[in-house]
Formats: sequence, C-alpha cells, structure tokens
Amino acid sequence: MSTILTPDVVVVGAGPAGLTAAARLAPRLPPGRVLVLDREREPGGIPRHSDHTGYGLRDLHRLLTGPAYARALTERAVAAGAAIRTEATVTGWAGERALEVTTPQGLLRVEARAVVLATGARERPRSARLVPGDRPEGVLTTGRLQNLVHLHGRAPGRRAVIVGAESVSWSAVLTLRSVGCTTALMTTELDVPESYAAFTHPGRLVLDVPVATRTRVVRVVGRGRLTGVEIEHLDTRRRRIVDCDTLVFTGDWLPDNELARTAGLDLAPGSGSPLTDTALRTSTPGVFAAGNVLHPADTADVAALDGRHVAHQVLRTLAGQQPAPGPGVPLIADAPFRWIAPGLLRPGDPAPPRSRLLLWSAELVRIPRVTVCQDGRVLGHRTLPWPASPGRVFRVPWRLAAGADRRGGPVRIGL
Amino acid sequence: MAEAAGDGTYAVGDGPYDVAVIGAGVVGAAVARELAGHELSVALLDARDDVGAGTSKANTAILHTGFDATPGTLESRLVRRGYALLSAYAEATGIPVERTGALLVAWTDEELETLPRLHDKAVANGYDDCVPLTADEVYAQVPALGPGALGGLAVPGESVICSWTTTLALATEARARGAAVLLGRRVEAAEPGPAGTTLRTPAGDVTARWVVNAAGLAADTVDALFGHDRFTVTPRRGELLVYDKLARPLAPRIVLPVPSSRGKGVLISPTIYGNVMLGPTAEDLADRGDTATTAAGYDFLLARGERLMPRLLREEVTAAYAGLRAAIDRDDYLVEADARRRYVLAGGIRSTGLSASLALAEHVRDLLGAAGLALEPRTELPAPPRMPNLGEAAPRPYRDEELIAGDGAYGRVVCFCERVTEGEIRDALRSPLPPADVDGLRRRTRAMNGRCQGFYCAAEVEALLGADR
Repeated sequence: MSTILTPDVVVVGAGPAGLTAAARLAPRLPPGRVLVLDREREPGGIPRHSDHTGYGLRDLHRLLTGPAYARALTERAVAAGAAIRTEATVTGWAGERALEVTTPQGLLRVEARAVVLATGARERPRSARLVPGDRPEGVLTTGRLQNLVHLHGRAPGRRAVIVGAESVSWSAVLTLRSVGCTTALMTTELDVPESYAAFTHPGRLVLDVPVATRTRVVRVVGRGRLTGVEIEHLDTRRRRIVDCDTLVFTGDWLPDNELARTAGLDLAPGSGSPLTDTALRTSTPGVFAAGNVLHPADTADVAALDGRHVAHQVLRTLAGQQPAPGPGVPLIADAPFRWIAPGLLRPGDPAPPRSRLLLWSAELVRIPRVTVCQDGRVLGHRTLPWPASPGRVFRVPWRLAAGADRRGGPVRIGL
Repeated sequence: MAEAAGDGTYAVGDGPYDVAVIGAGVVGAAVARELAGHELSVALLDARDDVGAGTSKANTAILHTGFDATPGTLESRLVRRGYALLSAYAEATGIPVERTGALLVAWTDEELETLPRLHDKAVANGYDDCVPLTADEVYAQVPALGPGALGGLAVPGESVICSWTTTLALATEARARGAAVLLGRRVEAAEPGPAGTTLRTPAGDVTARWVVNAAGLAADTVDALFGHDRFTVTPRRGELLVYDKLARPLAPRIVLPVPSSRGKGVLISPTIYGNVMLGPTAEDLADRGDTATTAAGYDFLLARGERLMPRLLREEVTAAYAGLRAAIDRDDYLVEADARRRYVLAGGIRSTGLSASLALAEHVRDLLGAAGLALEPRTELPAPPRMPNLGEAAPRPYRDEELIAGDGAYGRVVCFCERVTEGEIRDALRSPLPPADVDGLRRRTRAMNGRCQGFYCAAEVEALLGADR
C-alpha cells in the first residue's frame, strides 16, 4: 500500500515557480500543510545548473548566479515551513487532486485540496526537430549540456556549433567556454542576430562568436562520434559542413505538460500548456499551474512571480472566497503570435501575474503595434518599445485588454 | 577455451569449439542457445561490442503470425512455428509482448480487392483467425485513422514485442548454458585446418569444428570466406519515427498497409514501450553502415502519416532512427548446410527473423545434425533467465511497492521520461552481458529513450555508466 499524505496544497516541481508559491503559501496555512515534490535530487530547478549571473532581479531584487538563486529560493521555502521532497517522481493521478508518487522510500499517494503544477519546460531535442543524419555522440540540448558540465563537472568536447541565438543559446556558449570548448558557430534561421544579443546580458560578453543568420541545420555528420554539421542558407540554398564534435540544440521550448495532459486538462492552443485563466486556474477545480509550463520559457524570475500570484489564488480557493468559476472569454493570439498566456478571462478574476499578458512571436517585428479587439471593437492599441522576437517571450501590458467584456466574445490580440 | 599463459596474458587462439556462430543478432543468439542445450562447446561471435547491436536492434518489433508470408516457403513455415515458440519463450523469460492485434487497411479499390486474397493466403499459411472488416468496423477499432479507409482485415494474433530483450534473453541463456560470447570479433578470414575452421578476427583466432553464419548484413561476405558465391545482401534502409507516449491512445492496434512487392510498406504501430511508431521507409543502399536518417525519408513518412493518421502528426517525435534490413536477391530465407566445409548459412533473414528466430535455431540444428554433427541433448540445463520488464503493459519497478521496500534504488527514478530507476540501471550494468556503452544501456533499460532525449537525465545516466567502469 502507498503511504497516503493529505497536505492542503501539493506543488509539483521545486523550480522558481513552485518554490516561490510554497514560500508564499506555507506561512498562511497551518504548519506542515504545504508539500513540494521534485523528481531531481536537489530542489531549485533549471537555475541549479545555469552557472552564470542574471537571476533574481525581479523577484528578489538582487542579481545572483543560477545556483545561488536556486539555493535562495529553496531556503525561503523551507524557512516558510514548506516541506520539500526530492527524488519524488509524480507518475500519475489517483483522482482530481490526488497524485501517485514514486520515491526511494516507497510509493506515496498525495491527496490535496489544491494542486499547483509547476513542472517547467524543456528544449525540443534534435529528434523532435526532425534533423536528419547520423546519430553520433555529441548532440545535446542546453539542459543536458549544463547538467553535464555544472552538476557532473564534465566537458562535452572541444569545438561546438550552437543551434539558436537566443538568451539560452548564449548561456550555452558560456557553459562551453567554462570547460574549454570553443563555439565555432551559432546558427539561427532568423535574419537579425543582434536583436537577441542586444537583449541578452551574456551575449554582450561573447560577441566574438560568429552567428550564421538565415541558416538551418540540415544534417548531422559522424558515425560514433560527431564530426560535423551540415548547414544551409535559407536564401541561397548553399550548403556547407562545419567541423565540430559538439552540437547544442538550444531553446525551442516545450512545456513539460505530461501531467496536465494525463489529467485531461484543457490545453492552450499553440503551446500545449495547460489552459489557465488569469487566476492561473486550470480546467479542473483546485488544480492550478504556474511558471514556465504556462509560458515556455520566460526568465526564472518571471516564473517565480507566477508562483507568488498563484499562491494568493490558491489561498482564496482554500478559504472558499473564490466562487466556482463560470465560463470565461478566450484570449486568442493572432499571427504572428503562436500562443498567449493566460488564455482565459473570467468575471471577477484578477489581473494576470505582473499585470502582463505573455505571448510568443513566430517572426521578428521590430516596432510592434499591438491591437486588442473584442466583438469587432478595438479595446486598446499601443506601439511597444521592445521588439516582438522569436526566442523570447513578448510581454503586453494588461491594461490593453483590461476593458474586455468578460461575458462577451473572444478577445483577439495581434499586431 | 583460451589458455592463460604464464605471464597472465592470454594465448592468441580461442577454441577449438564444436560450433562457432558468427553474428550475435537475434538469429545467431537463438542458434547458440539451441546448440548450447546439447553436449557441445559453442562460441557466439560478433563484430560489434554488444549483442543485438546490428540489424536486430532497429526492427519494427512485431511478433508476426506469418499470415502474409508466401505459402510453401521456408519463411512461412519458420515464422509460423517461431511465433508459437517465441510466444512461449517470452512467457517463460519475461520478454514483453503486447497482444494488440493488427488491422490491414485498404485505402483504394485495388487494395480492397486484394484483401480477400490476403485472407486466403493467411489460411494457406495455416492462420485461420483473420476477420474481414467494413470501413465502419475499421474506424471503430482505430478511430484516429484519417478519412478514406474503405475496409480492412483484422489479424488478431499480430503482436508487439521487445526486440532488444529478445536478443538479450537468448544470448544470456546461451551464455548460462556455457556458450562463450565473444564480442569485438569481426571475422576477416576462415581457414580450414585439421581441427576445423579457424576464424581470423582482430582480437585473435577462434577455431571451431562447425561454423554457423548468421552474420545478417555481412552474411554474403562471410559466405564468400567459405568459398561460396550464391547471394548478395542489399542493405535496405528503413527509417522510423517514434512518437511521444501521449500519442499512444491513438494507436491501439498495429495498422498495416496492404503489402506490396517492396515489403510491408508504411505502418503505424504501438510500441512495447508505450509510444507509437510510423514507418519504415524502404530504400536500397550500397553502404552497409549507413544508418543515417534523411530529409527525404522524413518527408515521405510525414506525407504518409498525414494520410494514415493526421492526429498522430500533431504529437512530438521522440526519436527518429534508421535500421538496415538484410534484403537478398531471392524471395525466401536462404538456410543451407555445406557438409564438406562443416558450415551452415542462415542468410537472407529479413525483419520476420525476429518472429522466426527460435524456429530458425531448430532448423539450423537439424541441418547440422543431418550434415554429421552429433547432437546429444544435455539433461541438466539452467533455468531460462528472467528478464527485466521494459514493457508498458506490465508493472515496472517504479510502481512496485515491495521491490522498492526491499531496495530503495528501485524507487529512485533516474530517467524521468521513461521512468527508469537506478536499481534497473545497476542491474543492467551487473548483468551477465553488461552494456558496452550508453546505447547498450538504452536497449537494456530504456534509459534516455524518452521525450527529453537526455535533457534531464543524460548526465546522471552517463555518470552511473562511468562509475561502474
């Protein structure tokens, strides 16, 4: 028989969103009523192995390295009274708010009054990108690379090509450099790399890395060990092979939505994230979602602030202050946007976390004029001073949509 | 066996064995296991550093009934017999098998007209369980199929099986019965001598009185070493796409196209690991090592998939790989004994060889016996090995309360996507035929085979592999 635990709140995922939610929840509930589960050995999530600075600005108002940030968030959650169980893998559902969990100490069944899914995001690997060629050693994602280097102290190779030129790609460059692996080339299918670098702190430090724009990877070369990668210019169709022993696929984020899908939660079109309203409720009562599983992938501090937001909404639900949600108005992202989060606006709900709507653009638009419409009426429009750029989340002030009729037709957001 | 020299090194020669089996794929492993059940000394050789690391590893992993073989062929007979033998062996050893059944689906009038002929062929092959289906019945069984199916034929006995565990179980049992498993032994020459044939390999010579050639893609090359020139292996590349486990409900059965002369065509199949497979392509190559995937292959599969099951293509691809089938220039297995050279060829064993493996082993044994090898069954044999369960249809360690209570390592999930525990990885590393590398570990545990492709677990898995060295 599984050991049955019955906390008020179970948070799945001890990354920035989950830990911040737990730190906020625990002092406001009786002792021992908040449980955080994480499948890794240590709490902290992705920042644990991002060994460079840039973390904590928006939530902790300090600049920390990833590992220091992970420790700070963990300490706060523990100090607040949250229980964190690591090496605890949620393997399925045993009811609407009940989880099956495997741990080295045995099987658990966690039956909670509220569940917060903070399972994060991962990068799309080479196979899912359908990059043909051989299947040698030496092809990784940034996540795998940083795990290897920062948690296991091992070097992947001597000479790398990085696919992507967004902030995580620069993070990969730094990681490679720290173990003496040169980055021979970065590739991006977009035409303007500097629009990324300009917004990326690490990018400024490593501008000596050549970036091949409008370039795609067409073949992986090498039997046994990687020897090179064939790239193609999108316009000229010219191909060439770049010698390398390491190939890192960066970005192209996917939500870790397995639990959301197996629960049968409604999903957001475009991202596959669980669909939530601005209170971060999913389609199952008492099940919430927060962090990069909703918007793959924004910065860690933005994910953390989701955690703060969701905590407040969970407390309202537990206190019976939140009426059962009625039908909402869908928020729809028009092209060039791929997705929007949150995706639902309901009567009586709060503004979204940080009073911003988060969107992902498939194209670079340098001077984006955002328009929000409902039932043929323009609710708001504004030219935003930052570009809409693939590779980073595009943030739209909530006030452009705040005037929507929450009983009206779909609200559309486009350029 | 190798003799230890005074200085602790080993003498160059191995043997003489009674029988050397060249090729530790599913067929060679089955032959070695069968022969090692007799009063014989047996060596199982492979050019690679693991068993089942060639053609056998990238198979569509279907346990075939043989319903669509050409009646009267050796293949028809051996697949049919092998199906029964392997079903029983899987039961005994824990090789995962899932009885999904298959549907042949007709999309054109021509294909629809072919179905009754296939039904008759199944009966001629001794398989009586086929059931004709209307289009509505086809959609009732697999609702996610794309529009336009005209009708079908159900083949309830077709099943999915773990091809990795099959080869590993057979080789493990061969070894338990006393066979020497000699890896990294590419046979470069075969020289007749008074004690038998001496096989020259980079890691030293192996001498055996009898030799069985189950070398798969290299079977014609090895055959030539014995002075024969009777067939040519053409590597036929089959590319496969493996979709995310979340797609599994879309494919409750194997969906087969109506076969053509170029093999069985593109199918959609549930996998034993809980994924869905789309493939294979069929492309004849010259290069026997070219297991690269291609843009053309992807385009072809995606175009086919879009028609067969459009919803499948909305899911993420977990893995893409290519396998090489050992196609030969004739329409049957080529299994022949050369009594003078004390040599048996098992060539042209295409993808059905997985299903036929145990029957092929019996057949090879009988040919050896007829050619003069004394076959005396051993009276006391070790029990068959009990293999770790890699299948989704039966419970795995991460859900086994009792196992975890006895050893917490079975509760420590290392590969999150495939839910492989530290205990299973440790067991694989300590098994009688341990993996030589990460790929070998993947085939023994499923570690790193999941949707994240190592984003979370690769470093951890590689550390466990390294720590064991």
